Amino acid sequence: MASSIGSRNGTKKKYLVFMVQVHTNFRRAELESLADLYNIKDINFDKYDDNSPFFFVELDNDQQAKDWIKRSILTRAIYEYWGEGKTYDGLHESIQSQSFFPEYKKLYENDSFKFEFDTYRGNSKSNRIKQIETFSYLEFKGKIDMKNPNQIFTVIEEYKPISENIPAKEPINLIFGRLIQKGDRLAMEKYDLKKRPYKGTTSFEAELSLVSANIAQVKPGTIMYDPFAGTGSFLTAGGHYGALVIGSDIDGRMIRGKGASQNIGANFKYYEESSRFLDVLTMDFTHNSLRSNLCIDTILCDPPYGIRESIKVLGARDPERFVGKENVEIDGKKAFLHRDYIPTKKPYALDALLDDILQYSAERLPIGGRLAFWMPTANDENIETIVPLHSCLELKYNCTQEFNKWSRRLLVYINRGPGFDGPTNSGIKRSTTAFRDRYFSHFS
Amino acid sequence: MKFLTTNFLKCSVKACDTSNDNFPLQYDGSTCQLVQDESIEFNPEFLLNLMDRLDWSAILMVASDLGNTSLPQQKPVFNKDNDELSEEDMIILKDFHTLLIQTNIVEGQMKCRNCGHVYYIKNSIPNLLLPPHLA
Repeated sequence: MASSIGSRNGTKKKYLVFMVQVHTNFRRAELESLADLYNIKDINFDKYDDNSPFFFVELDNDQQAKDWIKRSILTRAIYEYWGEGKTYDGLHESIQSQSFFPEYKKLYENDSFKFEFDTYRGNSKSNRIKQIETFSYLEFKGKIDMKNPNQIFTVIEEYKPISENIPAKEPINLIFGRLIQKGDRLAMEKYDLKKRPYKGTTSFEAELSLVSANIAQVKPGTIMYDPFAGTGSFLTAGGHYGALVIGSDIDGRMIRGKGASQNIGANFKYYEESSRFLDVLTMDFTHNSLRSNLCIDTILCDPPYGIRESIKVLGARDPERFVGKENVEIDGKKAFLHRDYIPTKKPYALDALLDDILQYSAERLPIGGRLAFWMPTANDENIETIVPLHSCLELKYNCTQEFNKWSRRLLVYINRGPGFDGPTNSGIKRSTTAFRDRYFSHFS
Repeated sequence: MKFLTTNFLKCSVKACDTSNDNFPLQYDGSTCQLVQDESIEFNPEFLLNLMDRLDWSAILMVASDLGNTSLPQQKPVFNKDNDELSEEDMIILKDFHTLLIQTNIVEGQMKCRNCGHVYYIKNSIPNLLLPPHLA
């Protein structure tokens, strides 16, 4: 197999990132976070456009392209760029006029190869074999190998549908490239909720939980914590990226599951990632039992917003009713020391809970470590949503997923330490109306 | 609950944070039921990464609570610069895998050495919730 070129004389090579045209509010955050994770500097995002699945970039070499894209959920693939045109004739002309063409052609001439076609917003009925034959000027001498070729050359056809129901017959643009690395779209099938042994009504879909873990930069061999683990959707995503994951939840029923074959641990067994799952704890996040000098690299969660249940923490709603209860005995033993004792809980304000998460993250994350959590908002409120801020945390991303009448956003913070001295709004009442009330009144 | 988790858990009572006795919790060897889960695969790199995060004296204390006094008094040091771990290192890591990852406390109780509050482990899940007078 030919060795890849690039970095020759310090020059960069042109690549095409072919993304999916969904969750576009999250794509750039994912690409930037993965580039940062692999220490790939100076990617120029000037040509990045939320409205296009194509993003042309210059990189040092193929290895950089592979590192960058191999974890991406919202990228289909990255290609070494060979040329583009409005028609096949135009494409061929473009390829042959590139300054790098003679070199590229020579490099792969003896490799086994195959051709693939990919399309965006349309489909072709053309004879693909005939189309491949028009590339004969490439003069490849290697074997055609459909199963395990050294190189895959791809034609990407872009169509512009005539209307929503009428597809276009001919593409409006063609790009030709050599496949360097596919994104991690297959992970979405692996972690598809439909196939997951244990799930619940609060389980978070595979695609955006994996994207969240990418933007949060979950790394192999590090510790990730989800303080509102529920059925463990984010633990699963963190496990996929090789972190040791710990979850906790005040509601023991959720993390316990339904018997030995239907719980969070069973999911990890099913995915063959058991070694990455530490434990789930029945614990109130605000009465935290993780020792305070334990370094937690990443915190990723979807806090309770009181939609399915109100927000609760340990403590008595009406403390007077519980005065002296600690002295109650059952069978000669303090009631609260019994194995099946169930402590009472009290309501807690969302703003206070979010402040607690930020404070905890500032204390536990290493410098540069990331906190990422989801927060819902009603779309029809005329008031700007106030995002919680902490003086040690840099708010890096605020990515919104729109639904019909509400939306939710992924907030991503980087711990910059006490010297950061950023703006803060903790202790201030930020939310105007309870999201739960709005949700159940259908935002009317 | 994996043995490894005992190395991360302190008492939930906030007032105990000022004490050095809130970690590790004291495990009641007579009630703790241990089960080995041998299906969890051995991953030496993973364990190596973890070594830095372990509080070794707490490992020794809990192991002793549960009847294991055979661990080395000092945290073993592995040469991470080597690409290949020595055979001896692999044997030690394998033992840690058995102890930290595969040993599961399925039932039992532990208490805070400062305030004396008792926590239970039920169906392998520790319950760290508190009654209102301690919350």
